[in-house]
Order: sequence, then structure tokens, then C-alpha cells
Amino acid sequence: MMKGSSRVTENIIKTLIWAAALSVLTVLVVIIAYILIRGLPVISWQFLTEIPRNMGRSGGISSTIVGTLMVTLVAIVIATPFGIGTAFYLAEYTRRDSMVTRVIRFSAESLAGIPSIVYGLFGFIFFVKYLGMGWSVLSGGLTLAIMILPTIIRTSEEAILAVPNLYREVSYSLGGTKWQTIVKTVLPSAIRGIANGVILSVGRCVAETAAVVLTAGSALRMTTSLTSPTRTMAVHFYILASEAISFENAYGTAALLIILIFLINVVANTLINRFIAKGR
Amino acid sequence: MEEFKPESRPSILKTEAINLYYGSFHALKNVTVGIPQRAITAIIGPSGCGKSSLLRVFNRLNDLIPGARLEGNVLLGDDPIYSRTMSVETLRKRVGMVFQRPNPFPMSIYENIIFGPKHHGIKNKGELENILHRSLSQVALWEEVKDRLKKSAFELSPGEQQRLCIARALAMEPDVVLMDESCSALDPESTMKIEELMLELKEKYSIVIVTHNMEQALRISDMAAFIMIDDSKAGTLVEFAPTKNMFSSPKDTRTLDYITGRYG
Repeated sequence: MMKGSSRVTENIIKTLIWAAALSVLTVLVVIIAYILIRGLPVISWQFLTEIPRNMGRSGGISSTIVGTLMVTLVAIVIATPFGIGTAFYLAEYTRRDSMVTRVIRFSAESLAGIPSIVYGLFGFIFFVKYLGMGWSVLSGGLTLAIMILPTIIRTSEEAILAVPNLYREVSYSLGGTKWQTIVKTVLPSAIRGIANGVILSVGRCVAETAAVVLTAGSALRMTTSLTSPTRTMAVHFYILASEAISFENAYGTAALLIILIFLINVVANTLINRFIAKGR
Repeated sequence: MEEFKPESRPSILKTEAINLYYGSFHALKNVTVGIPQRAITAIIGPSGCGKSSLLRVFNRLNDLIPGARLEGNVLLGDDPIYSRTMSVETLRKRVGMVFQRPNPFPMSIYENIIFGPKHHGIKNKGELENILHRSLSQVALWEEVKDRLKKSAFELSPGEQQRLCIARALAMEPDVVLMDESCSALDPESTMKIEELMLELKEKYSIVIVTHNMEQALRISDMAAFIMIDDSKAGTLVEFAPTKNMFSSPKDTRTLDYITGRYG
């Protein structure tokens, strides 16, 4: 009797879990399929290589692709060293329960919980106005850098803590200094997790709208320098759709955005497997 | 095997009435031992008595544990190792260690061996290859791996991996090799190979092992240190004597009880 009822419970739970996983998958597939079906026909060589004309009603989106890549690059280049440095400090140089560690970790966690529009507002007031950088690739990149910092810190710290302590002991037992141990032993073992955090952050930068529209601006012409304003793909999509300029081109942009994020993931993972994780 | 006479050998490592604490926990109490040169010394005793702690006193690996504190002198030759005159890196260069489980780095066989020498600034390729050849030959692994030095160390069997780890420690040309139950994770055949290896290595190195295995201690060690916790739960040295003597005529009843398997 007992056995039979526990088997029934088991089956019900199994079905529920299956249903949960299946509905998540369905939602994901439906969204992506819908956007690709509506967006892919719009994408052409011309769409990729020409700058938007007539507010985006016609022409392509080349300047927004360049803008997206530049803003993202600035953010990653700035946030990665700070993020990884902080993670190593937290994981290797302080005791886990010390006051400093707790304050830094609490700050990072709080930063992670702030809505991106607030980062945008801060970036606008601080970088654009106060520091006089104006709407620019640099302002946008710096704002995004602050936004993704907690993600990079958190994922890097977890990756570092996951490195077996034994590796550190062996390195020390061979006369390694702390720095040598970190660079030669801990970093190679943690690099994969760290890289995953960075890739995740790239995705967030590429997809961000609110924080960028307030700091990088929404200029449609081709960006030529770090100090000129630009419009990212996500912002372009938002403006096209919200101002009802061209739903067709909005879907084209969205489809390309999805493809871009997918490509970045594939390329990054291939690079990691090829160069970093070899022999592991 | 002829009888081992510790008096005829100078000590390479000496502890002088040391006390080791982890925070408020008294781990080792008043331990005085002299590790004889070019011999195998076994540290034996029940689980949790402080055997590994004593071993890690010799290369200051206990320093990594927050709250660890040592009182008393430890000498390597004539040099006090817990002083500012000797850097901990120099100490660990002279006192190598092999751990319980085979733990090669996730790197190639080549990179594993040259890991230590590179830490200490050897960059010359020819020199590194000499070190590679010498240390792998010392553990009888050269012939088996010479054609796959660039392959991952994880492709080796556990026994081979452990010999690689010994070679990695020998690459530093240490005076002393510490082995923390280095056979306990291996099958009997690999264990036998490593025991043979240890008997060869003691011609050149001073070896200190921690072992749970009484037969092993009796088979290969010259001296034995028996440690046990006392009434206050601190590890104390009960007896330190040539292994043969300790096993044939233990001076302390606690030693007798332990080696005859009454507890442990």
C-alpha cells in the first residue's frame, strides 16, 4: 500500500517536473521562432551594410551593429580586469568572514540588484553631464562596465573557489609564492568559469537598452571614435518599435541581435575549448 | 636488513619540544624528534592524532590554515625554519612533499615536472629537459612516458600518476621528501612499486612518511615515531625508536596496544 502510493507520488512529481521543463523550452522556442520568422526575410546584404535612412524606415542598420560592438567592447575591456581582480582579492587574499570581504560582497550584490535604468541615469548624470563626456561610446561603455561588474565578480569568485585546495597546496609545497600559485595554478583551473561570466556579461551588454540610450545616445550616423554618440541595436529596435517607425526593420534588428548573441556564444566557447581548456 | 643505528646518523630535521595550535586547539604537544639523514622515518598512530600535522610542520604547510601557530624550534640542518632568515619558498624547495592521492596538475606530464623548477626561475630549456629526464628516470617512469610528455598527466594510471607526483617533488632536488600516506589510494601492485622506489630513493634523500599501514612501516622504515592523543586530546610523541626495535619490543604499553591492533 505504502509502496504503491509512493510510486504514484513519484510519477506525479516526475510529470510535473517534465511539464515545467517543457513549458520553458516551448516559450523559448516560440519567441525565437516568431522573431526569426518575421525578422529573417528583412535581413539582406544591404540591411547589414547600409546605415539607417529616414529614421530607420529604410536603409540598413550597419551603424548600430558597429555601435553595439564598440560599446560592448569598451564595457568588457574595462570591467573584466576590475572584476577578476576583485574576485581574486575576495577569494584568495582575505578571509571569507572578514569585515572587508563582507562589505565588498554586499556592495557587489547590491549593485547586481539595481535596475538598469538607474545605471543609465547615473551614467547620464556622472559621465555624460558631470565629466562632460557627452553621449558617447565611452559613456555608454563605462556605464555598462559598472552594470556588469557584479556578474563578473560573482562568477569569477565562484570559479576560483571551485579550484580544489589541493592544487594550491601542491604549488606551495613546490616552493611557489602566493602570486605564482595564483597565476600558474588557480587561474588556469578557474579560467573557464571566469570566461563564462565574461561571455554572460557580453550578452547583457549587447541586449541592454535603458542604460545605453541615456549614455551612448541614439545617433544614427556611423560612429568614428570613442567620444562620438552612437545607437546600439537594442536601442534601435526599441525606438523603431515604440515610435512605430518600422516594425519590419525592428524585427530584422531583433533577429540579427539574437543571431549575434548566439554567434558570440559559439565563437567564445570554441575559443575557450581551443586555447584555454586544452589538455584539461 | 641490518639493524639501524640512529646514533650513527646526523639528523637532517629536528623539532625541539614543539607545540602546534589550530586556534585554541592544541594539536601537537611537546614533540621532540630528529629525522635521520638518508633513511626512511615513519610517523604512525591512530587517526586524528596529528601525524599529518607533524609532517606539515616540516614544510610549513600548516601556515596555510588560518589560526595555526607553532611554538618551539624546528631545524633543517642547522637552520631554524620558522624564522625570518629562511624564506618559506626556500624551505619548501629543500623539503618536498607527496600527497595522499595522486594529484597531478591538469597539465601535460612535461609541465607537471617543470612546474617547481620554473617557480624558482629556471628558464633554460636544456636544463629543464635534464631535470625532466633525471626526475622521471628516478621514479622509473621515463621509458613509459618519454614519447608522450606533452600528453595530459591524467592519461596515466593512478600508480603512474603518483610516481609522477614523486618525480615532480624530486625535480626540485630536495634534501627531504615528505610522503603523506602516499600509497593509501593505490592498489597493492602500485603500492609495492612505490615502496621499492622509496627504498632506492633513501640512498639519496631523507624520507618521512605518514602511514596507517603497520606492515608498510615495518617493511620500509628505519625509524618510527608513534604519536597518540593524550588525555587533553593533544597529539604527543609516545615513542621514537628504530622501527625493528619498536615492533619487536615496544617500550610503552600504548605502543604495544597500537601495533598489535588493539585500537586505531
